[in-house]
Amino acid sequence: MSGRISRDEAAHVARLARLRFSDSELDELAAQLSAVLDHAADVEALDVSGIEPTSHPQPLTDVTRADEVRPSLARDEVLAQAPSVAEGQFRVPPILGEAP
Amino acid sequence: MSGAATGRETALDDGWELVVGLEVHVELSTATKLFCACANRFGDEPNTNVCPVCLGLPGSLPVVNAAAVDFAMRLGRALGCEVRPAVFARKNYFYPDMPKDYQISQYDQPTNIDGRLKLPDGHVVGIERAHIEEDTGKTTHVGGGGRIHDADYALVDYNRAGVPLVEIVSRPDIRTAEQARAFVRELRAILLSIGVSDARMEEGSMRVDANVSVRPTGSDELRTRCEIKNLSSLRSLGRAITFEARRHVDLWSSGERPRQETRHWDEAGGRTTPGRSKEDAEDYRYFQDPDLVPLAPSAETVAAIDAALPPLPAARRAELVAAGAGAVPASDAALLVERDQDGLVLAAISAGADPGLTVTRVANDLAVEDWSKVTPDGLASLVALEASGRVTATQAKQILADIVESGETPEAISERRGFQAMAGHDLAVTVDQVIASNPDEWRRFCSGDDADRKKLAGFFIGQVMRATKGRADGAAVNRLLQQLTHGPTSD
Amino acid sequence: MTALGVAAAVASGERTARSVAEDCLDRIGEGDGEIGAFNLVLAEEALADADRVDAALDRGEPVGPLAGVPVALKDNLCTRGIPTTCSSRMLEGWRPPYSATVVERLRAAGAVIVGKTNLDEFAMGSSTENSAFGPTRNPRDTSRVPGGSSGGSAAAVAAGFAALALGSDTGGSIRQPAALCGVVGMKPTYGRVSRYGLIAFASSLDQIGPFGATVADAAACYQAIAGHDPLDSTSLDRPQEPVEGALADGVDGLRVGVLAELCGGGPRQETGRTGNDGPAAGGVEGVADDVLSRVQDAAEALEQAGADVRTVSVPSAVLGLSAYYLIAPAEASSNLARYDGVRYGLRVDAANAAEMNVATRTAGFGAEVKRRIMLGTYALSAGYYDAFYGKALRVRTLMLQEFAAVYEDVDVLLCPTAPTTAFELGAKTADPLLMYLNDVCTIPSNLTGHPAISVPFGRGDDGLPVGVQVMGPALSERLILKVAAALERAAPGDGNAP
Ligand SMILES: [Mg+2]
Ligand SMILES: [Zn+2]
Repeated sequence: MSGRISRDEAAHVARLARLRFSDSELDELAAQLSAVLDHAADVEALDVSGIEPTSHPQPLTDVTRADEVRPSLARDEVLAQAPSVAEGQFRVPPILGEAP
Repeated sequence: MSGAATGRETALDDGWELVVGLEVHVELSTATKLFCACANRFGDEPNTNVCPVCLGLPGSLPVVNAAAVDFAMRLGRALGCEVRPAVFARKNYFYPDMPKDYQISQYDQPTNIDGRLKLPDGHVVGIERAHIEEDTGKTTHVGGGGRIHDADYALVDYNRAGVPLVEIVSRPDIRTAEQARAFVRELRAILLSIGVSDARMEEGSMRVDANVSVRPTGSDELRTRCEIKNLSSLRSLGRAITFEARRHVDLWSSGERPRQETRHWDEAGGRTTPGRSKEDAEDYRYFQDPDLVPLAPSAETVAAIDAALPPLPAARRAELVAAGAGAVPASDAALLVERDQDGLVLAAISAGADPGLTVTRVANDLAVEDWSKVTPDGLASLVALEASGRVTATQAKQILADIVESGETPEAISERRGFQAMAGHDLAVTVDQVIASNPDEWRRFCSGDDADRKKLAGFFIGQVMRATKGRADGAAVNRLLQQLTHGPTSD
Repeated sequence: MTALGVAAAVASGERTARSVAEDCLDRIGEGDGEIGAFNLVLAEEALADADRVDAALDRGEPVGPLAGVPVALKDNLCTRGIPTTCSSRMLEGWRPPYSATVVERLRAAGAVIVGKTNLDEFAMGSSTENSAFGPTRNPRDTSRVPGGSSGGSAAAVAAGFAALALGSDTGGSIRQPAALCGVVGMKPTYGRVSRYGLIAFASSLDQIGPFGATVADAAACYQAIAGHDPLDSTSLDRPQEPVEGALADGVDGLRVGVLAELCGGGPRQETGRTGNDGPAAGGVEGVADDVLSRVQDAAEALEQAGADVRTVSVPSAVLGLSAYYLIAPAEASSNLARYDGVRYGLRVDAANAAEMNVATRTAGFGAEVKRRIMLGTYALSAGYYDAFYGKALRVRTLMLQEFAAVYEDVDVLLCPTAPTTAFELGAKTADPLLMYLNDVCTIPSNLTGHPAISVPFGRGDDGLPVGVQVMGPALSERLILKVAAALERAAPGDGNAP
């Protein structure tokens, strides 16, 4: 085990991802992620200077659509799938923080 | 703390300089949202303009609205920006009003960079970037008096989710609160001129955040800044900047330092309150959105946008002032351009109308939503009637209101309403009657100083207007009053 | 009966679509208890679909090329009003208000949708053991996995529960289970098939594709679902050459490269020009000898049929696995953020919204999904982006360049689909990395966006099917299908049809 990722780092990543783990789960995850990153050492070690990144396999640009309104979904159909609904809206527990 | 709740925009203490940059989010007035074909419409029933895409349903994919890109590039060119190849990125953070829990925005490759906005006073504010992104939904906090922290629960409406925004980021080139307001006013005028947004701060289609810091006058350092949010009017913007700057000066002066944070403007309390600290800032994990492909506007596309760009507010104001040959004040010119009435006024002037009177009538009496029935010729005729004394100012206003409603000619309205300015003997008789009914006022008018005379002249003109149901010409009444005390005046 | 056989029989009136659907539902009823290919069997809907086809035929109306053909859909394809789960507790019971473009196209082609098939949760896995609803078993040997993540679709076709199935392939999730179940599976060129309505795993890699018992069936299914879709910005608006006509063409004169790095070693001495002048890289490890022998047999068979076969090298192919396990989880971590308990699917309540998000996600996702979200979040986070995600994107460029170079010398490439035949259930679940190695031969085509097909070719030492993989450059579906058809004709012995 390389220990590339510590329990604290794993806990930080879990917070970003909105997941919760026990300490032992965090240790196991840290070890498993470290193993994957060890395997990725070949990529990490590569000299890629002068090579542009490819985010996408197809070199497409400027795919757009015309600004024409089409029917939206029926609200009942949308809200029927929601866990909690009030006044035609999605209901959630109180939101403590402000949006960033 | 000094400066609190005064609402005044006092200058900073000697030795300190204000450094402000603005971030302005503007909703584009496209027919549909940025990535789906739902209507982009304000005020509809909650969650009626939603689809798999703008709800972020599993499996849905975004497709860029061509008009939104066009609008954004138009704005970029109007701000003198370089229009660049651009890439959509995902800004990852969790919030209930964001359907996908990431916002599609432009990060390191925005559509517009490096522009400038010249304020009417000549001060130039740099534009760092103007990028395209999607709006979030709208959250309502229920219970607890509507305050976010005490709420019982929250409701989310996604009608606004996915509405196209352009975020305009200025450089920290603003030095006074008045400049900040002028920046927003001018930006708004540009947005209206080029027709890409209705830019209503009160409806939230234009939202302003201010990054405020201070520094010793003459230095070029950039000190800790605070980002002030929730500025929903120009008045709030000015007050908040002034308050925040004084807060910073007080902190620095007492050996402390401001904390880098987001702050909120409390309009009722007249102060900013601390929000989220920037030290525990989110890690947004930006990366190129793999569901979208880059934008690569050609030189021809940009040239076509330039060619189609309508005259900008500064040029329109200048044209109006020039056409008025000294009779059109800059403030009226700005107002008319803002209301998009400069074209009407210019056309009326070239149809022969008196520039000063035309501008006065339109600026003062045409502040209505729909003035489409007012033609240049109609306006010119109306101004001619008034200028020649055939109708009074009060009657002219009534006629203008009638034109807005019916589109009739001023002559027809004047005829129908029986308008003609009361003058000569009839007017003199009425003035005499009014003087006779108000002997105390008349005595004070005759013996008072200039200020008294002016005030009481207003009183008598008002009485005459009432007696004649507005058919008297105020200027003529004034002349009669002066004659009755001093004999004929020279004009 | 093959899919094309069914379509012909239904179109000619020899059979009704209803009788085909009934037979199919009977087989599922008898056999799926043991296999577990389906999350949901759509008996009523299938019969109604079949009746519509029959009624259209009765009225003399034209029916599509897949009239009456029973098709199974991987349960990550949205079906309006019909539960779509991704084999996750997170989406259990969710009924999408819309259908995927491929579903609409299949219906337009006259297909009869018989059910939604099991998968590794959110398509993350190579054995279909990561399903929240239990594993699928390999119809060839029920002690073995069917591969994954489209294991349910592969098993459905292998068991004769459906003539065709759709899967999705992000790192091999169609081809690897096709190989392990002894059926044909193809990943089309990225952008050939609309992703609209496919629940995303890794958006720049995901591609929907067909399973069939034969190459011709898979080709017909591909033909029905491919084509430009304005609802998918990454969909290619390129002409679509008909593929079925090419299948009978031989491979005479075709240049076939055996891809050294994926066949157990680096470039060999007897190679023709290699794709790269750099130092010879090693090949990937862990490809079993019996699998390599079948690939060798396949190469010889093509040579016998007139192809010009040589060994070629793409050194960066060995980097694919590492690059993939940075890129795919990164995209997934973002794609799966939306499962927050607010709008649909599972919610576990809590005192505030953020805690509700955490509780919901912690309860709703399985271990492998959480692992990949963690890995991807880490790879994208501040301080690590450049070292991992950014580099992986550059590896992708390198691979595109090297594959482009090798396709100047050869028309198609040949290599194994999976390193081994189907393995026992539970054999690799304890070690994520070991499981990830299953995808080592299939990943390069996902990173480059190129098409690839797995076709059964003989058996391993354990008697289980081996799949060989034919890869081609972008938009070469017609070509790789032609080569696959030639391999199918040359395949040894007892055949692999169910
Ligand atoms: Mg923004
Ligand atoms: Zn929408």
